[in-house]
Amino acid sequence: MSEEKFIHYQHAHCESGVTANLLRHEGIDISEPMAFGIGAGLFFGHIPFVKINGVPGTTYRIWPGAIFKRVAQRLQVKIHAEKFREPSKAMQALDDVLATGKPVGMLGSVFYLTYLPEAFRFHFNAHNLIAYGKESTEYLISDPIIEDVTRIAPEDLVKSRFAKGAPEPKGYMYYVTGTSKDMNMAKAIEQGIKQTCFFMLSPPVPWFGNKAIFLLADRIKSYPKKLPPRKAAQYVGNVIRMQEEIGTGGAGFRYLYAAFLQEAGQLLKRDDLAEYSTELTKIGDNWRNFAYHAARIMKERTTDLVSYDELSELLKICGRQEQELFEKLRKLKW
Amino acid sequence: MNVSEVPQDPRNIKQGDTLKKKMYAVGDDGKYTGVKSAGWEAENAALRQAWNDIDETLAETETKVRAGQLSPIPYFMQKNLMDLSLLARYMGKWQWQVKRHFKPDVFKKLSAGTLDKYARIFNITKEELTRQNPAR
Repeated sequence: MSEEKFIHYQHAHCESGVTANLLRHEGIDISEPMAFGIGAGLFFGHIPFVKINGVPGTTYRIWPGAIFKRVAQRLQVKIHAEKFREPSKAMQALDDVLATGKPVGMLGSVFYLTYLPEAFRFHFNAHNLIAYGKESTEYLISDPIIEDVTRIAPEDLVKSRFAKGAPEPKGYMYYVTGTSKDMNMAKAIEQGIKQTCFFMLSPPVPWFGNKAIFLLADRIKSYPKKLPPRKAAQYVGNVIRMQEEIGTGGAGFRYLYAAFLQEAGQLLKRDDLAEYSTELTKIGDNWRNFAYHAARIMKERTTDLVSYDELSELLKICGRQEQELFEKLRKLKW
Repeated sequence: MNVSEVPQDPRNIKQGDTLKKKMYAVGDDGKYTGVKSAGWEAENAALRQAWNDIDETLAETETKVRAGQLSPIPYFMQKNLMDLSLLARYMGKWQWQVKRHFKPDVFKKLSAGTLDKYARIFNITKEELTRQNPAR
């Protein structure tokens, strides 16, 4: 149990940021890139038939909750995680843990987080934040995607924790209960990299992993033929938002993962990881290039087939380069 | 992306939006570091489009409410970025039940309790919900 003053650090992404901040509070000096890499956060998925807010689902990261759980497991950190049926019980449990001086991670809906800029407040229920104290009637909040600590009223926090719509957070909260001196960073890094390679290269279905990049590329090519211009622009806009707006550190988490490979390479004194970091940075630049041109096409609301064809090709470049890179990462000797 | 290339394109989409997000970029020494960014025009444009779409749909709905074709329910539903499925979930009702409440003559007969529940979900007062014309 730590009675240390909680220190807030800003990070690029909510789950990896909360992971880093909770672990740092326990004396584990871990960066966000390291948390993201060990947690095998990098991924890609495109599911044309599952529509979220009317647009096909696209994701650049692994499912919510996986990063924190995997990091805890790989670094021998004991955690307690719990869901609740009753909002009052969830808030009481939060208060009880805070009273012991422990910071608490939570899932919540971005829509009800009054401290966030209005432009970002959509119904997104898988956001992670930390409460590190309570002062009279306000909770002290460390939300890793914003620059400083902030506060929220209990009635807004409970709305956020019990927001409806899939997935429902159901008051999910988690905190560290113990750490171990037998942490093996090298092993954790190896497991993280192997798992990312598995998820990027092994899925047997077209919607997940590297294959999904090519699926999206084919879909994009068909947008001007199959969709009215406004809808095509919406679909393209959503891909840009998933890649850049939701807090990925840039290029759909690719820069964040490249930072991890670089840090892992330094720690393990491996030049190959440093090289792959550089390679992934270039791939990230190509994702940014794709987003740049996607935004241009989206703004023009063009029905120009050539533009969408070119956009599709830019995406395929990313797909091919990533396939090459992850094949190399998979073949690493440990 | 080099540290010098991290964009600082202000969003200017809603009031007071000056949050600087953290990006990862490479310094001249080749080392990754975190850099704050006020925004990137590509992502700003996508976000702006999403809000423009919402505003456009909301304006269309508002016209229909003022013309007496729809009750205020779909207006406030869209204002709160909800769809029928999500609103029905919050109300604890079937979607077809909520959809019925879109009809002005059905809306007029709703109980005070139901109106209170809608108002709470929409974060407005019952008076604002039942006003003749929806507030801008």
